[in-house]
Amino acid sequence: MESYTTHDYDVLVIGAGGAGLRAAIAAIEKGAKVGVVTKSLLGKAHTVMAEGGMAAALGNVRPEDNWKVHFRDTLKGGGMLNNWKMVMNYTKEAPERVRELERWGAVFDRTPDGRINQRNFGGHSYPRLAHVGDRTGLELIRTLQDHAVKLGIHAHMETTIYRLLTDAGRVVGALGFNRQTGEFLVFRTKAVVLATGGLGRIYQITSNSWECTGDGFALASLVGADLIDMEFIQFHPTGMVWPPSVMGILVTEGVRGEGGVLLNNQGKRFMFDNVPERYRGEFAESEEEAERWLKGDRNARRPPELLTRDVVARAIRREVAEGRGSPHGGVFLDIASRRPADYIKKKLPSMYHQFMKLGNLDITKEPMEVGPTCHYVMGGVRVDPDTQATNVPGLYAAGEVAGGLHGANRLGGNSLSDLIVFGNRAGAAAAEYAAQQTGSFQIDEAQVRAYIAEALAPFHNPQGENPFALMKELRSSMQKNAGIMREESELKAQLEILASLKKRAWNTSVSGGRAYNPGWHTALDIRLMVEIAEAVVLAALARKESRGGHARLDYPDPDPNFARINHVIRRASDGSLTVVAEPLPEMPEELRKIAEAKDLKELSEKVGA
Amino acid sequence: MPSVTFRVFRGDKNGGELKDYTVQVEEGMVVLDAIHQIQAEQAPDLACRWNCKAGKCGSCGAEVNGKPTLMCMTRLDTIDTSKPVVVRPMKTFPVIRDLATDVKWNYEANKKIKPFTPAPNTDWIMMQEDVDRVQEFRKCIECFLCQNVCHVLREHEEKTGFIGPRLLVRTASLEMHPLDVENRLEMLKNEGGIGYCNITKCCTEVCPEHIHITDNAIIPLKERVVDEYYDPILSFFRRLFGSKKRLEAAGSAADD
Repeated sequence: MESYTTHDYDVLVIGAGGAGLRAAIAAIEKGAKVGVVTKSLLGKAHTVMAEGGMAAALGNVRPEDNWKVHFRDTLKGGGMLNNWKMVMNYTKEAPERVRELERWGAVFDRTPDGRINQRNFGGHSYPRLAHVGDRTGLELIRTLQDHAVKLGIHAHMETTIYRLLTDAGRVVGALGFNRQTGEFLVFRTKAVVLATGGLGRIYQITSNSWECTGDGFALASLVGADLIDMEFIQFHPTGMVWPPSVMGILVTEGVRGEGGVLLNNQGKRFMFDNVPERYRGEFAESEEEAERWLKGDRNARRPPELLTRDVVARAIRREVAEGRGSPHGGVFLDIASRRPADYIKKKLPSMYHQFMKLGNLDITKEPMEVGPTCHYVMGGVRVDPDTQATNVPGLYAAGEVAGGLHGANRLGGNSLSDLIVFGNRAGAAAAEYAAQQTGSFQIDEAQVRAYIAEALAPFHNPQGENPFALMKELRSSMQKNAGIMREESELKAQLEILASLKKRAWNTSVSGGRAYNPGWHTALDIRLMVEIAEAVVLAALARKESRGGHARLDYPDPDPNFARINHVIRRASDGSLTVVAEPLPEMPEELRKIAEAKDLKELSEKVGA
Repeated sequence: MPSVTFRVFRGDKNGGELKDYTVQVEEGMVVLDAIHQIQAEQAPDLACRWNCKAGKCGSCGAEVNGKPTLMCMTRLDTIDTSKPVVVRPMKTFPVIRDLATDVKWNYEANKKIKPFTPAPNTDWIMMQEDVDRVQEFRKCIECFLCQNVCHVLREHEEKTGFIGPRLLVRTASLEMHPLDVENRLEMLKNEGGIGYCNITKCCTEVCPEHIHITDNAIIPLKERVVDEYYDPILSFFRRLFGSKKRLEAAGSAADD
């Protein structure tokens, strides 16, 4: 019979990106015995790719900035569907979490008076993103990694979790395997923090690394946790479009934050024609005004290139669709004519390097070609806004895998600080929960054996399908039928494709041994990916309007009825998924005043922000 | 589309062999794309480590035609594809399988480095020009290519008494942090083995982040170690007054 080794922890953290490491640190500080599982090596998680910065109202560059302005910006960017309490907790705590990183050794870029510098980003009213050039994610992950090592973190590297284990309705462990050896591991634990990141790999064109297969959403949903708002997928406006092998790789919003402009093939700055009603009056109305803003004139308004990502991505898509795109199906992003070469190399070094090396293009001399790429999912596992607890006892979620903070669209820079604010909250709450648990936790041995047998099945199925081919089919069909613009007929067609893929995902064949076998890993990944793709499509079908990261060709406008609801995606006892519309949590009056302030002037007059 | 032959190492710690695969290449492809294509269509169990495919995570280091490099940043049009392209795993580390090597030694050796220790009661004011150097070191993506080419680690198999360029860079990032007050010179001299480095700069040449490993990190650290342990006059004053670094830190803390 197949053997496995068992590890005991108070808290098991799944994922070692920003949220996972921060959760582990918080749980260790609470005295819990903590294990961290990561599919990659420590320090390689997708957080490492984050570029532009982490938003926090430190007020270092503009003292007028504070949590209330950040609160309003975040809700406004999120189409008001955000969980208000999460946004409040987040905007209030982000500055302290950022300063804490500095105390742990992070070295941010500095202001002229020696404090943490902050840069402009889309949807933020003030320069708000603490950053290190365009490699802020690396700084975040290395700082957390070093601090966690200092605290004696126990990491299971290159280990994948296959299923969560429950006993009497609560999470009591997880079954996984070591990718290097193929050996199975059982983790007995009192609490689990999911910090597994996003699901970008269900789309063909994505900025996400191979790890972002949506494991956490599926693991949680399969043990009965609710998901929320899964229709909201962020297509980042600027991914590389050429050459084909790098299509989708991220071009940081920092390029626009530093003054970069978007141009169509007629040389026109088309974003001036794409300011939505709700942002009217808050953005520059002429190139001349935008120019003054870039030079530091505080009376000038921000250039429309800094509108939220959903708006910019759709505008780019329209330029391309209407024949005004660049030669390779994108638009032009020009920083070369806006800033001196030395400045670009200093502020955007990885972009310079990336285009030079992969695209044979010098961004200090020529414009880049960019187009939308699947970047982030706003929805996720539904959590309590204070503790990040899910509806399944013992199960917590933080970071991209958790839903609620970003509503219908996330502002750039709000992800990295999300990780550290809610990673901290989840880790602390999970440790407290674990400390309260008494009595014995039963791992269902027969269940473990059954899971192991089904995980190994592809080795004994010579007539099965190639998992890589199946993965390709999933990704291209999602791109075509549930991508940046959606409509009912395509979404319904995609549901049928997924129904078939769900069956075929259990009929794959792999060759070779169990040690470090990518074919086998892909065969297991795809089983979870089809589950989560279905949740996205079902929620997208149900939302008959366009808002944030969900745009419908057949319902092109926002609908006030949908403005008041979240979609909860729930698994029935027969395993099927249903979408339930739930009213938004009621926002207290004083916060509503902040959220709905017409502009910054009104915000400061009415609520003293 | 032209086709190119890739001669890829297949095997594990017990040995292996080079196997040929033919790949149809298109414009802009990098070596990692070719490896992925082989995986998807010909050898689904071909092991290779990768994450970001954009030179940011440092996972996909390998030796392409003998040259240590990140596979994701090596365009096929920069190498000679008229002959078979030989792809081998990094030599310095034990092979797990195919192109994936066991790099956990680096994570263990890292534990020898005392963590960041800020001066007490600092106001956290740091000028950009004072952190530029530290930021250069913190660009490191831990691809371990420098460890791979360092002849101390590669040819002499000296892995117990030497931490290698990557970890010397990390030590430098802490030692040169304007607010750090820890002293890591004894570690560098003893278990860090900085004396083993004879500054051939192989590490600097291979660094995908263009960190000046030898000139900016290792040589200044060597100088500090020499000053601390081998300069009789300085050593006399230090015994009288304590180390310069501690004095500076005490001074800045007192300014609050």
